[in-house]
Amino acid sequence: MSAASVVVLDYGSGNVHSAVKALERAGAEVELTSDRRRALEADGLLVPGVGAFDAVMTALNRAGGGDIIDARLAGGRPVLGICVGMQVLFSRGVERGTETEGLGEWPGTIVELDAPVLPHMGWNTVETDPGSVLFDGIEDERFYFVHSYAATAWELDVMPPFPSPSLTWATHGTRFLAAVENGPLSATQFHPEKSGEPGIRLLRNWIDSL
Amino acid sequence: MAVITRVIPCLDVAAGRVVKGVNFVNLRDAGDPVELAAKYYEQGADEITFLDVTATVDDRATTYDVVRATAEQVFIPLTVGGGVRSSDDVARLLAVGADKVGVNSAAIQRPELVGEIADRFGAQVLVLSLDIKRSAAAPSGFVVTTHGGRRETELDALAWAAEVIERGAGELLVNSIDADGTKQGFDLELVRLMRELSRVPVIASGGAGSVRDFAPAVEAGADAVLAASVFHNGELTVGDVKRELMASGIEVR
Repeated sequence: MSAASVVVLDYGSGNVHSAVKALERAGAEVELTSDRRRALEADGLLVPGVGAFDAVMTALNRAGGGDIIDARLAGGRPVLGICVGMQVLFSRGVERGTETEGLGEWPGTIVELDAPVLPHMGWNTVETDPGSVLFDGIEDERFYFVHSYAATAWELDVMPPFPSPSLTWATHGTRFLAAVENGPLSATQFHPEKSGEPGIRLLRNWIDSL
Repeated sequence: MAVITRVIPCLDVAAGRVVKGVNFVNLRDAGDPVELAAKYYEQGADEITFLDVTATVDDRATTYDVVRATAEQVFIPLTVGGGVRSSDDVARLLAVGADKVGVNSAAIQRPELVGEIADRFGAQVLVLSLDIKRSAAAPSGFVVTTHGGRRETELDALAWAAEVIERGAGELLVNSIDADGTKQGFDLELVRLMRELSRVPVIASGGAGSVRDFAPAVEAGADAVLAASVFHNGELTVGDVKRELMASGIEVR
């Protein structure tokens, strides 16, 4: 069996070099591109994201990223969002009083964490869901977070026959969603590509599920 | 459950080699930066910081190669500082594999740069690096310096720290020029003052000489501890530092 192919969506977001290298280390055949056809054909699509919510949305829209994600999900094709690439999957983000519309794959609002020290920067533990595929074998590890905003609630009711989503939480002042696995759409608030060997394992778990 | 203390080896890089010196002078060769970074990754470093201390544009290009090669095998955050003068410089560093960028003298010359970088890439990308010296002339007792501590500015260290946080710095790298290279321990008073003032993470830097120096800095309020020569000399491993922090009741990874 040949290696799973993953496209890292290249729309001008921060450090994508590390995401590419980490996915390769985890066993995928990786391409960094914004080409719509390549992004649709790949076994998995990784959507990175750093910076401000509105800046990421603007860049993502310019690259047609929302349409690519929609088209993949309509066909049940896996997508993994990372950091702000997770945040924009929700309905809206509120940063410094500015409200920006997100991709709206999931209902909910990205808000600022209520913590004495922000950004939340460093290695934190997570409370995983027993049904998690991504965290298989790394439930007790720490992962690298760097963010000030997050989803603090899960608002989507998933009814049978659809499998219920696997939700992983973390706490920094506020309890927030560290990861979501909802059918073909998964996301992590932390950076697996910056979380050492446990992060590589998480990416491998995702790649193995493609 | 909380975010834990980070231990950060810092590599001063010039012309593609790691250098070391006392109080930023008498620089000596200390090895290959990519190899050293990989070694610290194996030892459990929580982040790696590169400080580009080269003066020429040619050497700067070499540093990009170092960052790129490191990011291909070291899967923890990389901060790169030195010579960053514009948000385009930040873009170039992020493109080759940096996660955070350290800014120092360029922000002193043009404070608007802090906001420009934060607006374009987010506050989390920007580590404001402060080279601080004790000075009776400054209201807080601490003054900001440039040129590796050789030139004093008119800026009071605490007032400047408050300003850069307001302008969008995501983290403070607080380096004591007095303590740097002395191996007499961190300047704990400085760390404490910065912690009281700052709502962003504080990295304590300068003065680490033995494993026992790190816990007091964390107790004084540091979110992360940074050291260079004690690691490069092989006097201490990252693991040694973490074991001692743990023995002091401080949580590490």
